[in-house]
Amino acid sequence: MAFKIIASQCTQCGACEFECPSGAIKFKGESYVIERDKCTECEGAFDTQQCASVCPVPKTCVPA
Amino acid sequence: MPAPIVSLQSLTSTTSFDQLLATAQSGGCASSSCGLSGKQDDMDPAIWEKVKDHPCFSEEAHHYFARMHVAVAPACNIQCNYCNRKYDCANESRPGVVSEKLTPDQALRKVITVANEVPQLSVLGIAGPGDACYDWKKTKATFEQVAREIPDIKLCISTNGLALPDHVAELAEMNVDHVTITINMVDPEVGAKIYPWIFYDQRRYAGIEAARILHERQMLGLEMLTARGILTKINSVMIPGVNDEHLIEVNEWVKERGAFLHNVMPLISDPAHGTHYGLTGQRGPNAMELKALQDRLEGGAKLMRHCRQCRADAVGLLGEDGGQEFTLDRIPGEVTYDATKREAYREVVARERHDHVAARREAIGMLKAASSGKSLLVAVATKGGGRVNDHFGHAKEFQVYEASPRGISFVGHRKIEQYCLGGWGEKATLEGIIVALEGINIVLCAKIGDCPKDQLAEAGIRAIDAYGHDYIETAISALYAAEFGVQPLAATA
Repeated sequence: MAFKIIASQCTQCGACEFECPSGAIKFKGESYVIERDKCTECEGAFDTQQCASVCPVPKTCVPA
Repeated sequence: MPAPIVSLQSLTSTTSFDQLLATAQSGGCASSSCGLSGKQDDMDPAIWEKVKDHPCFSEEAHHYFARMHVAVAPACNIQCNYCNRKYDCANESRPGVVSEKLTPDQALRKVITVANEVPQLSVLGIAGPGDACYDWKKTKATFEQVAREIPDIKLCISTNGLALPDHVAELAEMNVDHVTITINMVDPEVGAKIYPWIFYDQRRYAGIEAARILHERQMLGLEMLTARGILTKINSVMIPGVNDEHLIEVNEWVKERGAFLHNVMPLISDPAHGTHYGLTGQRGPNAMELKALQDRLEGGAKLMRHCRQCRADAVGLLGEDGGQEFTLDRIPGEVTYDATKREAYREVVARERHDHVAARREAIGMLKAASSGKSLLVAVATKGGGRVNDHFGHAKEFQVYEASPRGISFVGHRKIEQYCLGGWGEKATLEGIIVALEGINIVLCAKIGDCPKDQLAEAGIRAIDAYGHDYIETAISALYAAEFGVQPLAATA
């Protein structure tokens, strides 16, 4: 279980990176990328996935 | 390297430094203006000290001083219906739009490069392209680095207010004494039509609940800033049919809570921008609708009328955008700050302003004394310095002044397409300019050709180039005198 970012739609604003409680999001090359192994879908930390809640573009930060 | 945006010579082209100094020393200035430096009569001296070099907080300062924005804060915590975060175009000029995002280190290099090249630079602002208070680490790192290198630069931020209360203490510590909050509503019912969602307290809120939280945080932030003596400007986007009437109430609320200025800006809406409003056909107000609302708000919180709705990476005097001259690829890897140009410019401005304030007072006094009961809307082509000093064909905007028995006041600007490109003018461009000049009686410029002059005359707009390089107010008072048969002033500038 993890989330992913659709690179072609990402605006590279970086909000997901600093909201992620697991340090799973890094800027790589052209866009932000979620590391599968580190992503917890915010379980145990928050009620909703932080990255998907803050992402400004619809359907861009989604379940992998 | 690009040339300075306005040369020192063009500012003082009719008056040498020595002449200016001689005027000041010989008592040529009106006695009531001595000791002042361009201050508006009704302003507290401590506040004037804070705003006199800030082009966005003082209409008077915007003739002399330039700002730059660095786009270090791309992350945002709300969604507005007039914003599409994917949009980015170097030719578009409006808030939130930026071509190149910068890290704090890159921003520092850019600020030093601009400070070395643009002597008018007085303010560094962070206006996104997201939200400066939400993307706080980058905002703070940028301010700290720049303040170390250029201690006298004014620091300024623009925010939607949601995260503002969390950072007011730090803003005060960093000597950020100018903050702009965008407040489009004080009624969550109205807010729900403007903001589809916010991200707050680790979750997304929508609808009325989102708007209520945003509203409460905005008011709290404003009150906290006022309590610390930080000057606050409120930006409101005028959205016809959504919040246009409501902005009267907004003006009352923000005045009560100590806002220094209220800036009502027209919605910019186009389907090509991909914004919700653009795609659903929500229109923006035209220039005369905007002016009518601003006129109704007079008497409440003081209005800013000289806003140019600049980009999050704008550089230069308001109305000019030199951002493209200072892209990262044109900035050296290592830069050292050199204060000489900025310091020399400040000395010139200090003298020039003294002269200008006396000329303006005299001009306004004449209008008030004339008590003709008539008013004129005058569009002025200027390159800065408060003078009529741009050619009609070179102007990218006109500054609009209203002359009436109440005096001469700046009431707005009209953006236009440049008429002269490569030596000749285009008929279609001129037609566009005539549309943009709706409601204007007279155009004042340093020079205009017979052909555009005649076509403007056919449209009922008189273009006059007899007052080239005079102070704007001096020229307008002479025009007013000629127009309504009152005793003109002796030439001052």
